Amino acid sequence: MNEVSAMLYIAGGLMLGLGALGAAVGVGVLSSKVLEGAARQPELVPMLTSKFFMFMGIVDAVPMIAVGMGLYVLFGVA
Amino acid sequence: MSVETLTTSEYIKHHLTNLTYGQIDGHWGFAHTAEQASSMGFWSINVDSMFWSLATVLIFFFVFRVAGKKATTGVPTGFQNFIEMVIEFVDNSVRDSFNYQNKLVAPMALSIFVWIFLMNFMDLIPIDWLPQIAALSVEAMGGDPHSAFFKVVPSTDPNITFGMAISIFILILYYSIKHKGLGGFLSELAFHPFGKWGLPANLLLEGVSLIAKPISLALRLFGNMYAGEIIFILIATMYSAHIGFGIFGGILQVVWALFHVLIITLQAYIFMVLTIVYMDMAHQKDH
Repeated sequence: MNEVSAMLYIAGGLMLGLGALGAAVGVGVLSSKVLEGAARQPELVPMLTSKFFMFMGIVDAVPMIAVGMGLYVLFGVA
Repeated sequence: MSVETLTTSEYIKHHLTNLTYGQIDGHWGFAHTAEQASSMGFWSINVDSMFWSLATVLIFFFVFRVAGKKATTGVPTGFQNFIEMVIEFVDNSVRDSFNYQNKLVAPMALSIFVWIFLMNFMDLIPIDWLPQIAALSVEAMGGDPHSAFFKVVPSTDPNITFGMAISIFILILYYSIKHKGLGGFLSELAFHPFGKWGLPANLLLEGVSLIAKPISLALRLFGNMYAGEIIFILIATMYSAHIGFGIFGGILQVVWALFHVLIITLQAYIFMVLTIVYMDMAHQKDH
Protein backbone atom coordinates (compact mmCIF):
# COMPACT_ATOMS: atom_id res chain seq x y z
CA MET A 1 0.00 0.00 0.00
CA ASN A 2 1.50 3.30 -1.01
CA GLU A 3 1.30 6.53 0.89
CA VAL A 4 -1.50 8.06 -1.18
CA SER A 5 -3.97 5.24 -0.67
CA ALA A 6 -3.04 5.04 3.03
CA MET A 7 -3.94 8.73 3.30
CA LEU A 8 -7.20 8.04 1.47
CA TYR A 9 -8.10 5.28 3.92
CA ILE A 10 -7.40 7.59 6.87
CA ALA A 11 -9.49 10.32 5.23
CA GLY A 12 -12.38 7.92 4.66
CA GLY A 13 -12.19 6.66 8.24
CA LEU A 14 -12.19 10.23 9.60
CA MET A 15 -15.19 11.17 7.45
CA LEU A 16 -17.16 8.13 8.60
CA GLY A 17 -16.27 8.54 12.26
CA LEU A 18 -16.78 12.28 12.57
CA GLY A 19 -19.98 12.06 10.52
CA ALA A 20 -21.32 9.40 12.84
CA LEU A 21 -20.38 11.55 15.86
CA GLY A 22 -22.21 14.59 14.51
CA ALA A 23 -25.30 12.62 13.56
CA ALA A 24 -25.38 10.86 16.93
CA VAL A 25 -25.26 14.14 18.91
CA GLY A 26 -27.77 15.86 16.63
CA VAL A 27 -30.33 13.05 16.55
CA GLY A 28 -29.87 12.48 20.29
CA VAL A 29 -30.66 16.11 21.16
CA LEU A 30 -33.56 16.13 18.72
CA SER A 31 -35.17 12.94 19.99
CA SER A 32 -34.77 13.92 23.66
CA LYS A 33 -36.62 17.16 22.92
CA VAL A 34 -39.31 15.26 21.03
CA LEU A 35 -39.81 12.90 23.97
CA GLU A 36 -39.98 15.87 26.33
CA GLY A 37 -42.57 17.55 24.15
CA ALA A 38 -44.56 14.35 23.82
CA ALA A 39 -44.57 13.88 27.61
CA ARG A 40 -45.77 17.44 28.17
CA GLN A 41 -48.46 17.40 25.49
CA PRO A 42 -49.40 13.87 24.43
CA GLU A 43 -52.10 15.16 22.06
CA LEU A 44 -49.40 16.64 19.80
CA VAL A 45 -47.66 13.28 19.25
CA PRO A 46 -48.77 12.74 15.59
CA MET A 47 -47.54 16.20 14.57
CA LEU A 48 -44.31 15.78 16.57
CA THR A 49 -43.65 12.39 14.98
CA SER A 50 -43.96 13.63 11.40
CA LYS A 51 -41.91 16.74 12.16
CA PHE A 52 -39.35 14.59 13.98
CA PHE A 53 -38.80 12.39 10.93
CA MET A 54 -38.46 15.41 8.69
CA PHE A 55 -35.93 17.13 10.92
CA MET A 56 -34.10 13.88 11.54
CA GLY A 57 -33.61 13.64 7.79
CA ILE A 58 -32.36 17.22 7.67
CA VAL A 59 -30.02 16.77 10.67
CA ASP A 60 -28.85 13.51 9.17
CA ALA A 61 -28.13 15.08 5.79
CA VAL A 62 -24.62 16.46 6.23
CA PRO A 63 -23.29 13.44 8.19
CA MET A 64 -24.90 11.16 5.61
CA ILE A 65 -23.23 13.11 2.81
CA ALA A 66 -19.96 12.65 4.69
CA VAL A 67 -20.65 8.92 5.00
CA GLY A 68 -21.46 8.65 1.30
CA MET A 69 -18.32 10.58 0.36
CA GLY A 70 -16.24 8.60 2.85
CA LEU A 71 -17.44 5.27 1.44
CA TYR A 72 -16.82 6.61 -2.07
CA VAL A 73 -13.26 7.50 -1.09
CA LEU A 74 -12.74 4.08 0.55
CA PHE A 75 -14.18 1.93 -2.22
CA GLY A 76 -14.27 4.13 -5.30
CA VAL A 77 -10.96 6.00 -5.17
CA ALA A 78 -8.56 4.14 -2.87
CA MET B 1 -20.32 -17.12 -13.78
CA SER B 2 -18.47 -13.85 -13.85
CA VAL B 3 -18.63 -12.94 -10.19
CA GLU B 4 -17.07 -16.04 -8.62
CA THR B 5 -13.70 -15.31 -10.18
CA LEU B 6 -13.54 -11.80 -8.69
CA THR B 7 -11.87 -10.80 -5.45
CA THR B 8 -13.89 -8.92 -2.85
CA SER B 9 -12.64 -5.49 -3.80
CA GLU B 10 -13.14 -6.19 -7.51
CA TYR B 11 -16.68 -7.35 -6.73
CA ILE B 12 -17.40 -4.10 -4.88
CA LYS B 13 -15.87 -2.03 -7.69
CA HIS B 14 -17.89 -3.98 -10.25
CA HIS B 15 -21.09 -3.11 -8.44
CA LEU B 16 -20.17 0.57 -8.23
CA THR B 17 -19.42 1.06 -11.92
CA ASN B 18 -22.08 2.34 -14.26
CA LEU B 19 -22.72 0.93 -17.70
CA THR B 20 -21.35 3.89 -19.62
CA TYR B 21 -21.87 4.64 -23.29
CA GLY B 22 -19.51 7.14 -24.83
CA GLN B 23 -16.48 7.77 -26.97
CA ILE B 24 -13.46 5.46 -26.63
CA ASP B 25 -10.44 6.36 -28.79
CA GLY B 26 -12.61 8.17 -31.30
CA HIS B 27 -15.45 5.67 -31.78
CA TRP B 28 -18.68 5.25 -29.85
CA GLY B 29 -19.32 2.24 -27.65
CA PHE B 30 -19.78 0.84 -24.16
CA ALA B 31 -16.93 1.09 -21.66
CA HIS B 32 -15.35 -2.27 -20.83
CA THR B 33 -13.46 -1.20 -17.72
CA ALA B 34 -13.97 1.42 -15.03
CA GLU B 35 -10.90 3.31 -16.33
CA GLN B 36 -12.44 3.55 -19.80
CA ALA B 37 -15.70 4.76 -18.28
CA SER B 38 -13.99 7.55 -16.38
CA SER B 39 -11.83 8.53 -19.37
CA MET B 40 -14.93 9.22 -21.48
CA GLY B 41 -15.43 12.55 -19.79
CA PHE B 42 -18.50 14.73 -20.25
CA TRP B 43 -20.01 13.31 -23.44
CA SER B 44 -20.99 9.93 -22.06
CA ILE B 45 -24.23 8.56 -20.69
CA ASN B 46 -24.90 6.12 -17.86
CA VAL B 47 -27.24 3.77 -19.68
CA ASP B 48 -28.30 1.74 -16.63
CA SER B 49 -29.27 4.79 -14.56
CA MET B 50 -31.20 6.24 -17.47
CA PHE B 51 -32.93 2.95 -18.17
CA TRP B 52 -34.03 2.33 -14.60
CA SER B 53 -35.08 5.90 -13.92
CA LEU B 54 -37.22 5.86 -17.07
CA ALA B 55 -38.55 2.39 -16.23
CA THR B 56 -39.57 3.49 -12.73
CA VAL B 57 -41.23 6.64 -14.05
CA LEU B 58 -43.18 4.48 -16.53
CA ILE B 59 -44.24 2.17 -13.69
CA PHE B 60 -45.42 5.26 -11.79
CA PHE B 61 -47.40 6.56 -14.79
CA PHE B 62 -48.89 3.16 -15.53
CA VAL B 63 -49.98 2.42 -11.95
CA PHE B 64 -51.54 5.83 -11.43
CA ARG B 65 -53.22 5.75 -14.87
CA VAL B 66 -54.79 2.37 -14.16
CA ALA B 67 -56.02 3.67 -10.81
CA GLY B 68 -57.38 6.83 -12.43
CA LYS B 69 -59.19 4.90 -15.19
CA LYS B 70 -60.77 2.50 -12.72
CA ALA B 71 -61.62 5.11 -10.10
CA THR B 72 -65.20 5.10 -8.88
CA THR B 73 -67.03 7.57 -6.68
CA GLY B 74 -68.24 4.82 -4.32
CA VAL B 75 -66.37 3.46 -1.34
CA PRO B 76 -62.81 2.86 -2.60
CA THR B 77 -61.36 -0.60 -2.18
CA GLY B 78 -57.85 -2.05 -2.11
CA PHE B 79 -55.73 -0.62 -4.87
CA GLN B 80 -57.75 2.57 -5.40
CA ASN B 81 -57.75 3.18 -1.67
CA PHE B 82 -53.96 2.92 -1.59
CA ILE B 83 -53.48 5.38 -4.45
CA GLU B 84 -55.94 7.79 -2.83
CA MET B 85 -53.97 7.55 0.41
CA VAL B 86 -50.74 8.47 -1.38
CA ILE B 87 -52.38 11.40 -3.16
CA GLU B 88 -54.05 12.65 0.02
CA PHE B 89 -50.76 12.40 1.94
CA VAL B 90 -48.95 14.51 -0.67
CA ASP B 91 -51.90 16.91 -0.90
CA ASN B 92 -51.84 17.47 2.87
CA SER B 93 -48.09 18.08 2.84
CA VAL B 94 -48.53 20.68 0.09
CA ARG B 95 -51.43 22.36 1.91
CA ASP B 96 -49.40 22.50 5.13
CA SER B 97 -46.34 24.25 3.73
CA PHE B 98 -47.38 25.98 0.49
CA ASN B 99 -49.58 29.06 0.84
CA TYR B 100 -49.88 30.40 -2.71
CA GLN B 101 -51.74 29.64 -5.95
CA ASN B 102 -49.73 27.40 -8.23
CA LYS B 103 -51.06 24.48 -10.23
CA LEU B 104 -47.60 23.00 -10.72
CA VAL B 105 -46.53 22.37 -7.14
CA ALA B 106 -48.87 19.58 -5.97
CA PRO B 107 -48.50 17.38 -9.10
CA MET B 108 -44.75 17.97 -9.02
CA ALA B 109 -44.62 16.98 -5.34
CA LEU B 110 -46.54 13.78 -6.12
CA SER B 111 -44.20 12.92 -9.00
CA ILE B 112 -41.11 13.63 -6.90
CA PHE B 113 -42.35 11.57 -3.99
CA VAL B 114 -43.46 8.49 -5.93
CA TRP B 115 -40.61 8.60 -8.44
CA ILE B 116 -37.87 8.93 -5.84
CA PHE B 117 -39.53 6.25 -3.76
CA LEU B 118 -39.56 3.85 -6.71
CA MET B 119 -35.97 4.67 -7.67
CA ASN B 120 -34.86 4.10 -4.07
CA PHE B 121 -36.94 0.93 -3.94
CA MET B 122 -34.60 -0.66 -6.50
CA ASP B 123 -32.15 -0.80 -3.60
CA LEU B 124 -34.26 -3.43 -1.85
CA ILE B 125 -34.04 -5.89 -4.75
CA PRO B 126 -31.16 -8.27 -3.87
CA ILE B 127 -28.15 -6.62 -5.44
CA ASP B 128 -27.01 -9.47 -7.69
CA TRP B 129 -30.29 -10.41 -9.35
CA LEU B 130 -30.61 -7.74 -12.00
CA PRO B 131 -26.85 -7.37 -12.73
CA GLN B 132 -26.58 -11.17 -13.07
CA ILE B 133 -29.51 -11.23 -15.50
CA ALA B 134 -27.81 -8.44 -17.45
CA ALA B 135 -24.49 -10.36 -17.46
CA LEU B 136 -26.23 -13.56 -18.61
CA SER B 137 -28.04 -11.77 -21.42
CA VAL B 138 -24.80 -10.10 -22.52
CA GLU B 139 -23.15 -13.54 -22.53
CA ALA B 140 -26.05 -14.98 -24.54
CA MET B 141 -25.57 -12.22 -27.12
CA GLY B 142 -21.88 -13.13 -27.42
CA GLY B 143 -20.42 -10.31 -25.31
CA ASP B 144 -17.99 -10.41 -22.39
CA PRO B 145 -19.94 -10.83 -19.12
CA HIS B 146 -17.07 -9.31 -17.09
CA SER B 147 -17.62 -5.92 -18.66
CA ALA B 148 -21.40 -5.99 -18.14
CA PHE B 149 -21.55 -3.31 -15.48
CA PHE B 150 -25.03 -2.75 -14.17
CA LYS B 151 -25.93 -0.41 -11.33
CA VAL B 152 -29.64 -0.76 -10.77
CA VAL B 153 -30.37 2.01 -8.23
CA PRO B 154 -30.63 5.27 -10.19
CA SER B 155 -30.50 7.43 -7.05
CA THR B 156 -27.02 6.13 -6.21
CA ASP B 157 -25.86 7.92 -9.35
CA PRO B 158 -25.05 11.57 -8.54
CA ASN B 159 -25.92 12.51 -12.12
CA ILE B 160 -29.56 11.58 -11.53
CA THR B 161 -29.90 13.29 -8.14
CA PHE B 162 -28.11 16.42 -9.36
CA GLY B 163 -30.30 16.45 -12.45
CA MET B 164 -33.43 16.48 -10.30
CA ALA B 165 -32.04 19.08 -7.89
CA ILE B 166 -30.91 21.37 -10.71
CA SER B 167 -34.36 21.20 -12.34
CA ILE B 168 -35.84 22.29 -9.02
CA PHE B 169 -33.22 25.05 -8.73
CA ILE B 170 -34.25 26.34 -12.18
CA LEU B 171 -37.90 26.34 -11.06
CA ILE B 172 -36.93 28.24 -7.87
CA LEU B 173 -35.15 30.89 -9.96
CA TYR B 174 -38.04 31.05 -12.45
CA TYR B 175 -40.75 31.56 -9.83
CA SER B 176 -38.60 33.94 -7.76
CA ILE B 177 -38.11 36.17 -10.79
CA LYS B 178 -41.75 35.77 -11.90
CA HIS B 179 -43.28 36.71 -8.55
CA LYS B 180 -40.75 39.20 -7.17
CA GLY B 181 -39.48 40.60 -10.44
CA LEU B 182 -35.81 40.51 -11.37
CA GLY B 183 -35.18 43.60 -9.24
CA GLY B 184 -37.00 42.16 -6.25
CA PHE B 185 -35.10 38.89 -6.49
CA LEU B 186 -31.75 40.63 -6.79
CA SER B 187 -32.51 43.09 -3.98
CA GLU B 188 -33.46 40.16 -1.76
CA LEU B 189 -30.04 38.71 -2.50
CA ALA B 190 -28.25 42.01 -2.00
CA PHE B 191 -30.05 43.82 0.85
CA HIS B 192 -31.63 41.15 2.98
CA PRO B 193 -29.94 40.40 6.31
CA PHE B 194 -27.86 43.53 7.02
CA GLY B 195 -29.42 46.32 4.94
CA LYS B 196 -27.72 48.16 2.09
CA TRP B 197 -24.44 48.97 3.86
CA GLY B 198 -23.65 45.30 4.35
CA LEU B 199 -24.03 44.49 0.66
CA PRO B 200 -20.96 42.25 0.17
CA ALA B 201 -21.78 40.23 3.30
CA ASN B 202 -25.43 39.96 2.20
CA LEU B 203 -24.45 38.77 -1.27
CA LEU B 204 -22.10 36.20 0.21
CA LEU B 205 -24.59 34.83 2.75
CA GLU B 206 -27.62 34.79 0.48
CA GLY B 207 -25.62 33.48 -2.48
CA VAL B 208 -24.30 30.59 -0.41
CA SER B 209 -27.74 29.76 0.92
CA LEU B 210 -29.17 29.88 -2.62
CA ILE B 211 -26.48 27.58 -4.04
CA ALA B 212 -26.68 25.29 -0.99
CA LYS B 213 -30.32 24.41 -1.79
CA PRO B 214 -29.79 22.24 -4.89
CA ILE B 215 -26.45 20.88 -3.66
CA SER B 216 -27.82 19.73 -0.31
CA LEU B 217 -30.96 18.28 -1.98
CA ALA B 218 -28.90 16.25 -4.43
CA LEU B 219 -26.14 15.18 -2.05
CA ARG B 220 -28.55 14.21 0.74
CA LEU B 221 -30.39 11.74 -1.48
CA PHE B 222 -27.18 10.51 -3.09
CA GLY B 223 -25.33 10.11 0.23
CA ASN B 224 -28.11 8.15 1.88
CA MET B 225 -28.68 5.83 -1.05
CA TYR B 226 -24.99 5.33 -1.78
CA ALA B 227 -24.22 4.45 1.84
CA GLY B 228 -27.15 2.04 1.96
CA GLU B 229 -26.11 0.42 -1.31
CA ILE B 230 -22.52 -0.03 -0.11
CA ILE B 231 -23.74 -1.72 3.05
CA PHE B 232 -25.85 -4.11 0.94
CA ILE B 233 -22.79 -4.87 -1.20
CA LEU B 234 -20.61 -5.45 1.89
CA ILE B 235 -23.24 -7.83 3.29
CA ALA B 236 -23.35 -9.62 -0.05
CA THR B 237 -19.59 -10.22 0.05
CA MET B 238 -20.16 -12.34 3.17
CA TYR B 239 -22.01 -14.97 1.10
CA SER B 240 -18.79 -16.08 -0.56
CA ALA B 241 -16.92 -16.60 2.73
CA HIS B 242 -18.35 -19.55 4.65
CA ILE B 243 -21.75 -21.16 5.26
CA GLY B 244 -21.95 -19.64 8.76
CA PHE B 245 -21.05 -16.20 7.44
CA GLY B 246 -23.58 -16.72 4.68
CA ILE B 247 -26.46 -17.38 7.08
CA PHE B 248 -25.35 -14.46 9.25
CA GLY B 249 -25.20 -12.31 6.11
CA GLY B 250 -28.69 -13.37 5.13
CA ILE B 251 -30.06 -12.29 8.51
CA LEU B 252 -28.12 -9.01 8.28
CA GLN B 253 -29.47 -8.36 4.81
CA VAL B 254 -33.08 -8.83 5.92
CA VAL B 255 -32.56 -6.57 8.94
CA TRP B 256 -30.84 -3.86 6.92
CA ALA B 257 -33.52 -4.09 4.21
CA LEU B 258 -36.26 -3.62 6.81
CA PHE B 259 -34.43 -0.59 8.21
CA HIS B 260 -33.82 0.68 4.69
CA VAL B 261 -37.57 0.72 3.95
CA LEU B 262 -37.76 3.56 6.48
CA ILE B 263 -34.79 5.40 4.96
CA ILE B 264 -35.98 5.26 1.35
CA THR B 265 -39.46 6.54 2.25
CA LEU B 266 -37.99 9.22 4.49
CA GLN B 267 -35.61 10.45 1.80
CA ALA B 268 -38.41 10.63 -0.79
CA TYR B 269 -40.55 12.52 1.76
CA ILE B 270 -37.77 14.96 2.67
CA PHE B 271 -36.94 15.66 -0.96
CA MET B 272 -40.65 16.38 -1.57
CA VAL B 273 -41.15 18.56 1.53
CA LEU B 274 -38.02 20.60 0.87
CA THR B 275 -39.09 21.14 -2.74
CA ILE B 276 -42.46 22.44 -1.52
CA VAL B 277 -40.78 24.69 1.06
CA TYR B 278 -38.34 26.09 -1.51
CA MET B 279 -41.21 26.76 -3.92
CA ASP B 280 -43.04 28.53 -1.10
CA MET B 281 -39.99 30.66 -0.40
CA ALA B 282 -39.74 31.51 -4.10
CA HIS B 283 -43.33 32.82 -4.06
CA GLN B 284 -42.84 34.93 -0.90
CA LYS B 285 -43.03 38.62 -1.82
CA ASP B 286 -41.67 40.31 1.33
CA HIS B 287 -39.66 39.14 4.26
